[in-house]
Amino acid sequence: MASLAPTFGRGAMTNHWVDIKNADVVLIMGGNAAEAHPCGFKWVVEAKKHNRAKLVVVDPRFTRSAAVADLYAPIRTGTDIAFLGGVINYLLTKDAIQHDYVKAYTDFTFLVNDGYAFDNGLFSGYNADQRSYDKSSWGYQLGSDGYVKTDPTLQDPRCVFQLMKKHYSRYTPEMVEKICGTPRDQFLKVCETLASTATPERTTTVMYALGWTQHSVGSQMIRTAAMVQLLLGNIGIAGGGMNALRGHSNIQGLTDLGLLSNLLPGYLTLPGEKETDYRAYIDKRAAKPLRPNQLSYWQNYEKFHVSLMKAWFGDAATKDNHWAFDWLPKLDKVHDVLQVFDDMYQGKVNGYFCQGFNPLAAFPNKAKLGAALARLKYLVVIDPLATETSEFWKNFGEHNDVDPAKIQTTVFRLPSGCFAEENGSLVNSGRWLQWHWKGAEPPGEGKADIEIMAGLFTRLRDMYQAEGGAFPDPILNLAWPYRIAAAPAAEELAQEYSGKALTDLADPKDATKVFKKKGEQLDGFAQLRDDGSTSCGCWLFSGAWTPAGNLMARRDNADPYGDGQTLNWAWSWPANRRIMYNRASCDASGKPWNAKRKQVWWNGSAWVGSDVPDFKLDSNPADGMGPFIMNPEGVARFFALDKMVEGPFPEHYEPFETPIETNPLNSNPQAVSNPAARVFKGDMEVFGKAKDFPYAATSYRLTEHFHYWTKHCRINAVLQPEQFVEIGEDLAAEKGISAGDKIKVRSNRGQIIAVAVVTKRLRPLTVNGKKVHHVGIPIHWGFKGMTKPGYIANTLTPFVGDANAQTPEFKSFLVNIEKV
Amino acid sequence: MHVTRRQFFRICSAGLPASSIAAMGFSPAAALAEVRAFKLARTTETRNTCPYCSVSCGVLMYSLGDKAKNAKAEIIHIEGDPDHPVNRGTLCPKGAALLDFVNSPDRLKHPEVREAGSNEWKRISWDDAFNRIAKLMKADRDANFITKNADGATVNRWLSTGFLAASASSNESGYITHKVVRSLGILAFDNQARV
Amino acid sequence: MALQSLDIASRSATTTPSPSMRETAEVAKLIDVSTCIGCKACQAACMEWNDLRDEVGRNSGVLDNPRDLSAASWTVMRYAEVEEGGKLEWLIRKDGCMHCADPGCLKACPAPGAIVKYANGIVDFQEENCIGCGYCITGCPFNIPRISQKDGKAYKCTLCSDRVAVGMEPACIKACPTGALQFGSKEQMKDYAAERIADLQQRGFQNAGLYDPPGVGGTHVMYVLHHADRPQLYRELPANPTISPLVALWKGVAKPVAAAALGLVALGSLFHYVVKGPNEVSKEMEKEVEE
Repeated sequence: MASLAPTFGRGAMTNHWVDIKNADVVLIMGGNAAEAHPCGFKWVVEAKKHNRAKLVVVDPRFTRSAAVADLYAPIRTGTDIAFLGGVINYLLTKDAIQHDYVKAYTDFTFLVNDGYAFDNGLFSGYNADQRSYDKSSWGYQLGSDGYVKTDPTLQDPRCVFQLMKKHYSRYTPEMVEKICGTPRDQFLKVCETLASTATPERTTTVMYALGWTQHSVGSQMIRTAAMVQLLLGNIGIAGGGMNALRGHSNIQGLTDLGLLSNLLPGYLTLPGEKETDYRAYIDKRAAKPLRPNQLSYWQNYEKFHVSLMKAWFGDAATKDNHWAFDWLPKLDKVHDVLQVFDDMYQGKVNGYFCQGFNPLAAFPNKAKLGAALARLKYLVVIDPLATETSEFWKNFGEHNDVDPAKIQTTVFRLPSGCFAEENGSLVNSGRWLQWHWKGAEPPGEGKADIEIMAGLFTRLRDMYQAEGGAFPDPILNLAWPYRIAAAPAAEELAQEYSGKALTDLADPKDATKVFKKKGEQLDGFAQLRDDGSTSCGCWLFSGAWTPAGNLMARRDNADPYGDGQTLNWAWSWPANRRIMYNRASCDASGKPWNAKRKQVWWNGSAWVGSDVPDFKLDSNPADGMGPFIMNPEGVARFFALDKMVEGPFPEHYEPFETPIETNPLNSNPQAVSNPAARVFKGDMEVFGKAKDFPYAATSYRLTEHFHYWTKHCRINAVLQPEQFVEIGEDLAAEKGISAGDKIKVRSNRGQIIAVAVVTKRLRPLTVNGKKVHHVGIPIHWGFKGMTKPGYIANTLTPFVGDANAQTPEFKSFLVNIEKV
Repeated sequence: MHVTRRQFFRICSAGLPASSIAAMGFSPAAALAEVRAFKLARTTETRNTCPYCSVSCGVLMYSLGDKAKNAKAEIIHIEGDPDHPVNRGTLCPKGAALLDFVNSPDRLKHPEVREAGSNEWKRISWDDAFNRIAKLMKADRDANFITKNADGATVNRWLSTGFLAASASSNESGYITHKVVRSLGILAFDNQARV
Repeated sequence: MALQSLDIASRSATTTPSPSMRETAEVAKLIDVSTCIGCKACQAACMEWNDLRDEVGRNSGVLDNPRDLSAASWTVMRYAEVEEGGKLEWLIRKDGCMHCADPGCLKACPAPGAIVKYANGIVDFQEENCIGCGYCITGCPFNIPRISQKDGKAYKCTLCSDRVAVGMEPACIKACPTGALQFGSKEQMKDYAAERIADLQQRGFQNAGLYDPPGVGGTHVMYVLHHADRPQLYRELPANPTISPLVALWKGVAKPVAAAALGLVALGSLFHYVVKGPNEVSKEMEKEVEE
């Protein structure tokens, strides 16, 4: 999300699962789809079987994805930017780029501010004390008309193309080998394979997951790959794209719905504490076009925002009170989980709720997490299963060695229903909202999550009603129109987030006609208004439930064009478009680049096709509107402006725990690791050094288990019963370890003991002249469940996150091992 | 390998009796083989979505009974939905074992509380749970709600209680959770997107 | 293709002929090892459909789990890491009953009707007739059947005969995420295998081929192998499986002779046999076969 949006305008998988079958080359890197997403991986196999596609896997481990790949290249964990930067250098040097595409649909020709610079590992504007940048120089040169200046000849040294070429010229195959440990010939084979799709006839699709996001430079890894895809002209194209494979069934949906510290539904953003003026808040977000004739769709921000506030606060949100703007909490800083657990650790948090979430197992540095939870006054766990978090206070011997008498936290555990016991919708990685139906009641006295939230809220509201208290207005005025207040129906909530008319709406084309009656469901976000006459809880989902009914429940799987779009199966955001930015599948004149892979096209008067055009339907190609309609530029960005905290171009930085303790790309001690990543007081000190912890560790999922859930399932416990750690044969020989031995794995934060699996699939790499071994640490064990009791793998991991998304660096850290 | 005389007799004596019964025409009725009865014949089928990864495979859940009032629906089998365009009936080892998630012995069945310093869970009613939690929330909110920051700006936030939302709950649960959490002024709000 | 027809082709220890007028298409499972990711979905689906829950075991230093077939684990994945021309290959084979056209288990089985072969090719155990002697294990060239500790009877993959009987594919086939498992008539499976083999050859696997061993009359579970010239690379998949000569001998010579000579004392022996307990005999027998 934090990397694709700054590049393309929206933060989600650009294509979708079935579309992967249309690819000619599949790059799996920063993920392991065969094991983590087996049923989605089938479309890779289909591409191989029916499209003669080549599968390329780049991973520190020879995974099950690698087992069926045509080409596998090993890489040291945490060095993907160096690898992909090397690919960019290769493509630019060999001129293997899709010229017409990049010229028309990217910022290639845009001129950048003269103040912008990059030198010895740092971009212009760095403040070492604050570990952050003044990003004011990372901008465009603007003309007197307010538009970005361009150089269509690409000769100007300040154009994005020239700056990018210069930046990545340092990423030579030799440098890639030195940093990543990838043998040069294997790296070049990957480059050649990717370069084969720089033509309109061929595409590469990129599939990645938490193998990219869980690094201190995770967002920039993804951006580097996105840049490769833009150079190859593979965005907006069937069989192409940047496919972010989400790890959980509704992480996409819950993110779309804004369940993050700084968001509101539909990627609207909460105001900061300096943004107390409503108009300024809106204007800042409703970006005006930066090039002539661009759509810059966020100009509609106020319509979405007002409709949200009407959905939440009903009649109490009025034009006069700026639609209850003051009732929205204002941010002092981002309260992501790492921040919150640090605050909790400092004793600044009294109460905490965990809804279907097991942070003690899921977040880094278990010792710190347990200590933090013990400082809470109350903890409420809402879950179908008995999680470790809910019993953090209980002694489980070596696996959770605590003294309950010393833990003063009151813990409530509320049984919730699971998927099988509710109606509702989930959003998959491909942005499909799919409805599901209840098949049984929850066991015992379990209640659905909706009912639990409603039960808590209605009691709290009644208390505020009866007793008063701190600022009760937003609580007392929260719209609660549900037929059964204590148990709103999923259908009622779905209709609310999809949106309806609050008054009779006049037809914008003919004011004498009413085209929506008061109370009627809307057809989509284009009908939303900023005058309080519409209500919509999540503009991005608008159209999911229309007068035609619940479109998420549609089950027509017809695929008339044979390209896998199935437009009448469920419903996809935005506006049921299946491949985002699909305008880019045509050349500037509106003709598909590839006649065999037609998606949308200009028929002379409108955009039509096998997919819903992600574009203004009546925009004549001659007007030059760009395909990236969410960006004010109308094009995709190689140069990310001020949207990434550590720089407009991705630059390789070492993991915070680096086995080589230097960054071969610079000689600047400030720029070994991400100079702009947030590190909490006390956590910098517990980063381990290579002399004590010489092995590069990476944590991951196994195909037999899902996160910390399936250890509660007998079948999965049978399939993979006991905690283990994977090491290569060379390392095993060095340490005198045989398969099946118990080994101790230590990081600077703690230790675990597990069975050693000794394998050929992990090989030492030569990095910066040094031999580096990897240690693979599957995550699924804990002290609850049907599997054999084990240690929480995150006992080992460091408490530092990606500088943009604050996703913890689970994938690269240092450990030592010894035979027990 | 060769067969010794001793082995020869052993083979004959062990294998002989049964087959000679058949050879003599006493073919027993039990030998008329039958396959195991098809266990889904009259179960109720409900369509759902796998709650694990983001492929979101369609699943068919089969439950005992025909939804008659006196028959309690118990899910006895789950398999892939062949109509679903993505999974086309397939499931991974997690999805294929979903039945053991629904029926896990580790499912929670009743609201419980662990009091401060205690070493055990105590079963409580939903009413008690909701009331106690709501009281704790209100006391904390009333004590720590920030109306204005140091600069005098209206900020209306509550930082001393946080909420971690799920990763597999439905959009509808997520939506109402967000609505409630923001109405309280909570900023320490996050989901599993990061892990 | 009449998958639902489960007419009986032959029964263990039964000489009366089975009705054989109807002509039923043979079914087959094809395991395309080259697209198998070893995810164990087949194992999970098998346990779930067949209401089997094996014990939660231990990790013994490999990914294989359960470590071996058992009365409650009718299929397991077997992983092999081999180096071919300096290149690592992770060969993963789904192991389980091969449903031989000429089933050694059935030939060896002394209990009437405990093992049947249906006209569609499925070889099925009828546990209510099983006396637990373990001869099926001896007779099996692939070492598949297992005797249960719980009820002393032999169990193995049924190819989901209950599903196939009502026109559905076996549970493992349906689940397989990558389509490495396919199901259809044996002819269709051979055709499909040919396509896969051509694709593999084009990707550089010159020795790709079909595993349908003639020593057991062909099988109703076949493999597409990248290295069909060396099946033993796939965790000792036998290159030329044949029925043990002991069983052949018992079936071909010993049984008729013995039956003619000793028919009258048969009933007594049978009861003695059942009482004596099966496992012991089975182990002795196995040992002798190995000698």
